[in-house]
Amino acid sequence: MTPVPPRILPSGDTALTVELGSTIDTDINRRVLSLDRAVAREKIAGIVETVPTYRSLLVHYDPLVIGFDAMSNKLLDLARMPVEAANAVRRWRIPVVYGGSFGIDLDDVARAHKITTDEVIARHTKNDYLVAMIGFTPGFAYLSGLDPSIATPRRESPRTETPAGTISIGGAQACVQCLAAPSGWHLLGRTPVRTFHPKREPVFLLEPGDQINFHAIVASEFEALDRAAERGEPVAELIAS
Amino acid sequence: MSKLVLLNVGPATSIQDGGRFGTQRYGLPPSGAMDRVSLAVANCLVGNSDDNAAIEVGPLGMTLMARDGAIRVALAGAARHADVAGNPLLLNQTVLIAEGETLKLGPARNGVFSYLAFEGGIGGEPIFGSLSVNARSGIGSPYPRPLGVGDEISVGNALLSPNERQLDIPEPAKGPIRVVMGPQEDEFDEARDLFLASDWVISATSDRMGYRLEGPKISHTKGHNIVSDGTVNGSIQVPGSGQPIVLMMDRGTTGGYPKIATVISADLGRFAQMPAGSKFRFAAISVTSAQDEAKKMSAAMLSLRGRIRIAGTSNLNLDGLQSANVAGAAVNAIDAMTWQDQRSD
Repeated sequence: MTPVPPRILPSGDTALTVELGSTIDTDINRRVLSLDRAVAREKIAGIVETVPTYRSLLVHYDPLVIGFDAMSNKLLDLARMPVEAANAVRRWRIPVVYGGSFGIDLDDVARAHKITTDEVIARHTKNDYLVAMIGFTPGFAYLSGLDPSIATPRRESPRTETPAGTISIGGAQACVQCLAAPSGWHLLGRTPVRTFHPKREPVFLLEPGDQINFHAIVASEFEALDRAAERGEPVAELIAS
Repeated sequence: MSKLVLLNVGPATSIQDGGRFGTQRYGLPPSGAMDRVSLAVANCLVGNSDDNAAIEVGPLGMTLMARDGAIRVALAGAARHADVAGNPLLLNQTVLIAEGETLKLGPARNGVFSYLAFEGGIGGEPIFGSLSVNARSGIGSPYPRPLGVGDEISVGNALLSPNERQLDIPEPAKGPIRVVMGPQEDEFDEARDLFLASDWVISATSDRMGYRLEGPKISHTKGHNIVSDGTVNGSIQVPGSGQPIVLMMDRGTTGGYPKIATVISADLGRFAQMPAGSKFRFAAISVTSAQDEAKKMSAAMLSLRGRIRIAGTSNLNLDGLQSANVAGAAVNAIDAMTWQDQRSD
């Protein structure tokens, strides 16, 4: 499929959006992450920060340093360059307690696909996921790479509160959630890992473009790991970088 | 350092500065003052840099007491009754609060937020360079939440200055809130004209995350879900209800509703100061014009320090006074009248 040409969309006078597509698509997301790396490397004067998402790169900039047209042209030039693979991809192993009070929708998801809960866990832990973007709340990582055979439409009525550390799926998407938040996704389990911890260095564990996979732990392991994570230990294991 | 103790605090009052940068890619919003110009006014009156941390005082006000030494404060932003031990404090002016004295701030009269800045600043531990509170994420310093009764805040000791300072700040411009259309303007057809031609009312459910608007229903041409992308301060997203929400400093960093337009940075503080029930309209301008407005606002903020004068005098130039003193020439307050700022406003 030929990629759509990049579009520049103004987001007020201090930001613009480089749109590379309008759908959730691994190739589009890889182009976004590649553009994000290129922008970081070029160190364009006036850029304040960037926010990569599934299908666009939001660039915050200072209009006192560079105007809209000049910024647009620089970003379009970079967006037209071929996609580059990242030099070093970090891979994280994230422990998850599945089911029971940790993942109250595991049974429903198994029923919806007419498989056992163990099979749901096997399919959820099998693949490597890509951190496509982080947004919504601090450390909330949207993942691509969910096994399509367990993709499950979102709940009709979202829950007003889901616990910190929730591991859930919604449609074809999967996520690691850090803080308690409302959600319409299906809760498969919980991880003790804090992807965001204001008193830890680094405050944020995951970067867009990181790879992660999940492994099942038993409920009795959760509490000790949770305390370690609260103390500031990563708990997630970095297997390559 | 001196300390202030909060004897009474209304809702939506928190420590805010110029906000934090570089964390939106991790889902953490910038936070920071809702009205950056008023923050700068309060700060420069007490000799701080524009983006220093101050107390962002919510609509209902607060009462605080100075302890362990005198503190000097300046109040800017929304007008409200203010007094120190019964003596009135004017807006855009500094005052000394002696140890044991009480500063009382009443409800906002015009506007929502006032800024209380302290000579020598507020003590705290910055995270990503900022003390700003984001209650939802549990960050900010010295308290990672809105302020409450009994909180104690370390602030600088007041300098031994016989003079208080003041600034003449013109009334903010009236007229429509200016926007740049987009980024998802093409998700709307004739609703775009309705958006620009209608009166909007600020809803009472507004907060630091977003201001909800009430008015005609803005319909989407292709449904109200888009694949989430990034948001900015001032993004106007339109959810399925068709009632727009203007995203503010504690917004979610990404969102899945189409964004019809963005409030320009030069008008965002004025917009943030509109209380619930205010009626207003939007007007679309080009990105280039919006960037010209940003430059004008920046120049106006840069000119603040040169316009500070000693309270009760006319147009005294403290910068001139200070540079003369730095140069070794003793200049008293009366001589300093000759150092008038010739710039016109």
